[in-house]
Amino acid sequence: MSAAKRKAKTFKKPDELIAYADEQMAALGRRKMELRVCAGPGCVARGANKIYDALVREIDANKAALKKKGLEVDTAFKAKCTGCHGLCQAGPVVSFEPSGLFYTRVQEKNVKGIVDKTLLEDETIESLLYHQGHEKGGDIVEHYNDIPFYSLQTRVALQNVGVLDPVSFEDFIAHGGMRGFIKALTQMTPDEVVEEVAESGLRGRGGAGFPTGRKWKGALRVKEDRVWLICNGDEGDPGAFMDRAIMEGDPYAVLEGMLIAAYALGATDGFIYVRHEYPLAVKHLQYAIEHLREIGLLGKNILGRKMDFDLKISRGGGAFVCGESSALMRSLEGKVGEPRAKYVRSVEKGYRDEPTVLNNAETFVCVPRILDKGAHFFASMGSETSKGTKAFSLVGKVKNTGLIEVPMGRTLREIIYDIGGGIMGDRPFKAVQTGGPSGGCLPADKLDLPVDFDTLSRAGAMMGSGGMIVMDDQTCMVDVAKYFVKFLIGESCGKCVPCREGLRQVHTLLEKITSGRGELSDLEKIEKLCHTMEVASLCALGKSAPYPVTSTLQYFKEEYLEHIEEGKCRAGVCKDLIRYEINKDCIGCLLCKKRCPVDAIEGENKKLHVIDQDICIQCGICYDVCPVDTVDIISGGVAVNREDGGAKAKAKAPAKA
Amino acid sequence: MSETVSIPKLTKDDTKKLDGIFKRYPKNEASLIMVLQDIQDEIHWLHPDALDRTSEELDVPRGRVESVATFYRAFALEPRGKKLVKVCMGTACHVRGAGMLVDEIERQLGVTAGHGMSEDGLFSLETVNCVGACAMAPVVVVDDNYYAEVGTGKLEKIFKQERKS
Repeated sequence: MSAAKRKAKTFKKPDELIAYADEQMAALGRRKMELRVCAGPGCVARGANKIYDALVREIDANKAALKKKGLEVDTAFKAKCTGCHGLCQAGPVVSFEPSGLFYTRVQEKNVKGIVDKTLLEDETIESLLYHQGHEKGGDIVEHYNDIPFYSLQTRVALQNVGVLDPVSFEDFIAHGGMRGFIKALTQMTPDEVVEEVAESGLRGRGGAGFPTGRKWKGALRVKEDRVWLICNGDEGDPGAFMDRAIMEGDPYAVLEGMLIAAYALGATDGFIYVRHEYPLAVKHLQYAIEHLREIGLLGKNILGRKMDFDLKISRGGGAFVCGESSALMRSLEGKVGEPRAKYVRSVEKGYRDEPTVLNNAETFVCVPRILDKGAHFFASMGSETSKGTKAFSLVGKVKNTGLIEVPMGRTLREIIYDIGGGIMGDRPFKAVQTGGPSGGCLPADKLDLPVDFDTLSRAGAMMGSGGMIVMDDQTCMVDVAKYFVKFLIGESCGKCVPCREGLRQVHTLLEKITSGRGELSDLEKIEKLCHTMEVASLCALGKSAPYPVTSTLQYFKEEYLEHIEEGKCRAGVCKDLIRYEINKDCIGCLLCKKRCPVDAIEGENKKLHVIDQDICIQCGICYDVCPVDTVDIISGGVAVNREDGGAKAKAKAPAKA
Repeated sequence: MSETVSIPKLTKDDTKKLDGIFKRYPKNEASLIMVLQDIQDEIHWLHPDALDRTSEELDVPRGRVESVATFYRAFALEPRGKKLVKVCMGTACHVRGAGMLVDEIERQLGVTAGHGMSEDGLFSLETVNCVGACAMAPVVVVDDNYYAEVGTGKLEKIFKQERKS
């Protein structure tokens, strides 16, 4: 990350900050070209940092030549690391502004070419361009704005993620940062700010969807001296990384949102609670906090006004339940993160039993946009009851895995097929799981449901924080239910009985079903247990814990029945119900025989190999390594990995997803 | 704690690290989680002696320290191997087949997820909820190396490579 030298200039008046913003915007206006290396988690895992370092070296070596072209480094031209670009599937990605040229799957060895050809010769490197559907032969798209994945999105919370250098205040303010805060501070009373947020229709982005304006109004009614402000960045849903991208990619905006809230609510102290597993988010937020303190935007008498506000980062301990607000507050106190019953709302008694306003990181980021562009801007997007836009992480068996943001009310189909590009390997769609472990699975006939808080809840799922996991025919729905229950067993704090014991019992029953010992009466027992958990658990984790089970039972009951009655797992996932067999297309290459860890495969060169079922441990290595895809997964008497059940073993099988 | 694991003494270096950690935070219960996290980061597990000292320094009952240490996933209560193998069990990884990986890694390395280390002391295995690299699912992370789209067939090669480096 480029750590531009900080100017320790302190802003004593709003006018000084406005003048500084104008200066930085003008400087940005003079910039002819920008090169942005995505440093989101997906791209970094694939080596984006090395690419950036190599680029900086290469650019430095070509400084003179670039200057000759009018691209003076650091003024007319700038290379920077940014937050997540979103299209993780194509990572590491590099984009160019203002042209919008978009390079995918960049490797360190491509760096020299990028500088020599693209920067110095204006030449496009074709091998790095995006192919529609990530497949060779797919249409080539040069500019990211022409890729449906991007062109169909509307970015509000994520508008600057992937655009800014996250640790550059200059960059932040040049892109409109702090405009919302300055407007609130100089032109609006605290009550007006709260009213504006209420009017925008913003609802909490963390999962419950509580109207933010109403929460803030509730806090204003509490007559206590001190209000605590907490930003919830403990994003625990597996497969969700919206908050992470925001905190890593646009940390100043999170702080701006908190500053506005602090002004509106008269809060003087705050916390940002970030998952320990997000070290880069902690680092960037820490940097931004210290910097804002230095320049007088945090601390006493902010911008010379009668406003004091400061905040600290607290790292979570990796407990899913700590995303629940009352558990989070306990954790902040240094205690075990157990929730409490919410007879009294946390705006009255929260952290240390004092009034506390807690909002999600994505919610806070929406606030400056609302103040800057007006409540109407936000309220004009979205559906009747859910306004604005929402960020989602679109993952699983979908072609364009990544981070997206769309107006509320778009249908699941638009998100999965138009933006997501459809299912990997063009396999059939089976379900989409939303809302994390508290959410549910929706089948194909719900694909046209509009995505907002209320519609998804009515369908038995929930929008949750925005994780969206796409599943195809190779996903076993009973196994998915079991997966979430197991996850929740590990994460249940153990305080109340329905959640602690109920989950265990449901898991035992699901285990029974997936191992082929299930009985029809087990389904009734599961339903009863789920009902008890839903009505009797103490916090939202327990109350919503049955949803993955009840929703799969509602929409995919036939799969449960197949497991019980036929001993068949149609997805070929449940180990006890499958066996691997080599079909007669085997070319006798010996590869699986060599790799089998338990020597269960017999066979000679160029002769059909056979798996000894008594020895086989179903590790799946032979299936994985077979070069001609002749290993079948047999369950309930048919090859479930073949569309035709293995009837025509000769026919070329579809590619493995 | 499993009985097979013998507990090494805290080294001088470790004690120095502890001194540094306690200097950074106010001495009260609110610092407890942060202190334990720093111990975890710097010494890589929560040594019982370190927990004793935490209890004294922060003036928090030893039992309370223990309850927090056992509650949060981020804390290890056993020493770990030199390299930490993390299998992502996020939903995206699960639907792309991560479930198969844990069994096979346990078999290949002779370890149990969350406990102990391989015989050569090189590897410990842990499952994690989500590493946020869903596009690469299923993901296996060994220290800082990310391995993408891992099937059971790829594991042998990964560990061979990791043993060398």
